[in-house]
Amino acid sequence: MSARRPFRWHIVVFLAPAVLIYTAIMILPLFGTLNLSLMAREGGERVFVGLRNFGVLFGDPRWSASFWNALGNNAWFFLVHMLVQNPIGVALAALLSSPRLRMAAFYRTAIFIPTILSFVVVGFVWKLILSPIWGIAPGMLDAVGLRWLFAPWLGREETALTTLALISVWQFVGIPMMLIYAALLSIPDEVIEAAEMDGITGWSQFWKIKLPLILPAIGIISVLTFVGNFNAFDLIYVSQGALAGPNGATDILGTFLYRTFFGFQLQLGDPHMGATIATAMFGIILVGVCLYLFAIQTRLRRYQF
Amino acid sequence: MTRTLTLALLAGTTLGGMAAAQDVTLTIESWRNDDLTIWQSQIIPAFEAAHPGIKVNFAPTAPAEYNAVLNSKLDAGSAGDLITCRPFDASLELYNKGQLADLTDLAAMANFSDVAKSAWQTDDGATTFCVPMASVIHGFIYNRTAFEELGLEPPETVDEFYAVLDAIREEGSYIPMAMGTADQWEAATMGYQNIGPNYWKGEDGRRALIDGEASLTDEAWVKPFRQLARWRDYLGDGFEAQTYPDSQNLFTLGRAAIYPAGSWEIGVFTPQIEGAFEMGAFPPPVAAAGDTCYISDHTDIALGLNPASPNADAARTFLEWVGSAEFATLYANALPGFFSLNSAAVEMEDPLAQEFVSWRERCEPTIRSTYQILSRGTPNLENETWTASANVITGAETPEDAAARLQEGLESWYQPAQ
Repeated sequence: MSARRPFRWHIVVFLAPAVLIYTAIMILPLFGTLNLSLMAREGGERVFVGLRNFGVLFGDPRWSASFWNALGNNAWFFLVHMLVQNPIGVALAALLSSPRLRMAAFYRTAIFIPTILSFVVVGFVWKLILSPIWGIAPGMLDAVGLRWLFAPWLGREETALTTLALISVWQFVGIPMMLIYAALLSIPDEVIEAAEMDGITGWSQFWKIKLPLILPAIGIISVLTFVGNFNAFDLIYVSQGALAGPNGATDILGTFLYRTFFGFQLQLGDPHMGATIATAMFGIILVGVCLYLFAIQTRLRRYQF
Repeated sequence: MTRTLTLALLAGTTLGGMAAAQDVTLTIESWRNDDLTIWQSQIIPAFEAAHPGIKVNFAPTAPAEYNAVLNSKLDAGSAGDLITCRPFDASLELYNKGQLADLTDLAAMANFSDVAKSAWQTDDGATTFCVPMASVIHGFIYNRTAFEELGLEPPETVDEFYAVLDAIREEGSYIPMAMGTADQWEAATMGYQNIGPNYWKGEDGRRALIDGEASLTDEAWVKPFRQLARWRDYLGDGFEAQTYPDSQNLFTLGRAAIYPAGSWEIGVFTPQIEGAFEMGAFPPPVAAAGDTCYISDHTDIALGLNPASPNADAARTFLEWVGSAEFATLYANALPGFFSLNSAAVEMEDPLAQEFVSWRERCEPTIRSTYQILSRGTPNLENETWTASANVITGAETPEDAAARLQEGLESWYQPAQ
């Protein structure tokens, strides 16, 4: 029978900074937002209205049209990232990890650099590049005889959102590349050697040996992309403004939230409807992440080396 | 003589004493970031020279963000002492929330007509909460050098207007008209609100819309959209992605011949052009020669007091000065294109500003149709008009559809007083 162990205060002390800061700047505001979405201003007083704001957001034809438009655009924004950014990231990582590639460190740095640039810089620079008036894109296409390909992409409803998504892909492709690259490097040489002994080399080695081993990393990247895309705002705001033109074609949840919460031009801000949209965004991201964690993550096979 | 000297000395000591005692800094919130240097180099030194002890700091935000930023700052209690007032409901709402002080008792208010004050009063006109500063007039600025080169005259009627545009397009060395749809507000403000008053007959049409006697689907309100749709053929290549600064630059670099303008551009364009070519201006064209012309002479900018300001006395001193004839002359000449609302006659030196203001004598003035009352609800008529105007120009919506959508949105919350 051992003596009762003393309370281990050091655990509390070590956890305290993180818990306190996280609570103060993340958890409290989150509950503040949830609370705000259940209130409304009536005759100068803030009153509790239950789920009425959500009823307006999903029931009123105008509000719901804006919301579904933003959600649809957001889904497309995410889809472009998943279909373009992540496969390119994986491919670049596979190339970089090839032992025969020279100047790998240079490529790695060059591809990663846009990631550390500010959204404002990226948005502004690309807007200038693609400008039909001053941009270098028309001239460069002209030089290779493809001037007819050029269109004012950011100004057309059909192309604006895809163009912005590709700009964002250009900026962030370095992140999946780095994560996958790290995952590829962590595959032990014995595994690769064993595969080579069995005659599995080249492409089939990548598909059959390496890809299954980096699947967990790809999963994490997908979640990061999902959360990042559904919280996106900066790039659209910088390049298209808060109205997210043309004709709402680039309006995503972030810009919709901003316009509603802070107001725009003569439209006054409505913190309660804004908080309602923020709560809906939180819900969407929560559901998405849970789906991944419980439906996909648990089924991924892990290999212990 | 001795008396004046004594008085001056006395005033000097009192002011000096005050300076030592208070030496306050007033911060002005504004959306006029284009005017920063003029405030810093001309307006503020003039005030500070006459009022030692009060320092003024002009702190503007980007125009499109101003309202959002200001509202957040006011709610958080971090806004400046003086608030630049948008006309009508945006400011009225601030007053109702207790975020703009009642300035009715300011002596300088006597210098302004009721019309000048109307944009910053309660609906019953009993309370005024901002000191009117200036109005802006819409019209078209053109490159006179280019017009002379091509042998063109500024148009008076709509037919002449398109004839001029056709001539410029056929000749080919200039883009006929500098306007883009990327920022949307250009299309609405410099397009729809610029030419519109000629179709809806200025104040009559605007009031009929507020009273519910007119509808946005009436011919008078759809016709300006049809005009905008015709403009598409005269805009530059890739106008869909052309922003407001792009349009300004196209004109000031001499690549475009006509610029649908607000008079505030005079102060921006003149120093940029640096005499490379001459500018002229013509009012929005009328249907037939001799018709009454209507112009948008929009009461645009005023200055109010943040009631939470700890320096309210100094701020009131500044506001009295803003309401004086001295400020009116200084402002109208430092910022040509912002026309004083002060009852005192103001001499302006800029010829282009004189041209704009001369339209007041022969045309009927009105203000932008969407600003008073009609943008109180959601969807907001002004913001919807931006999208509608841009859509009509790009062809994403027909003029009739755009008008119907605006009317439907307005009806969804606005019941005109019967």
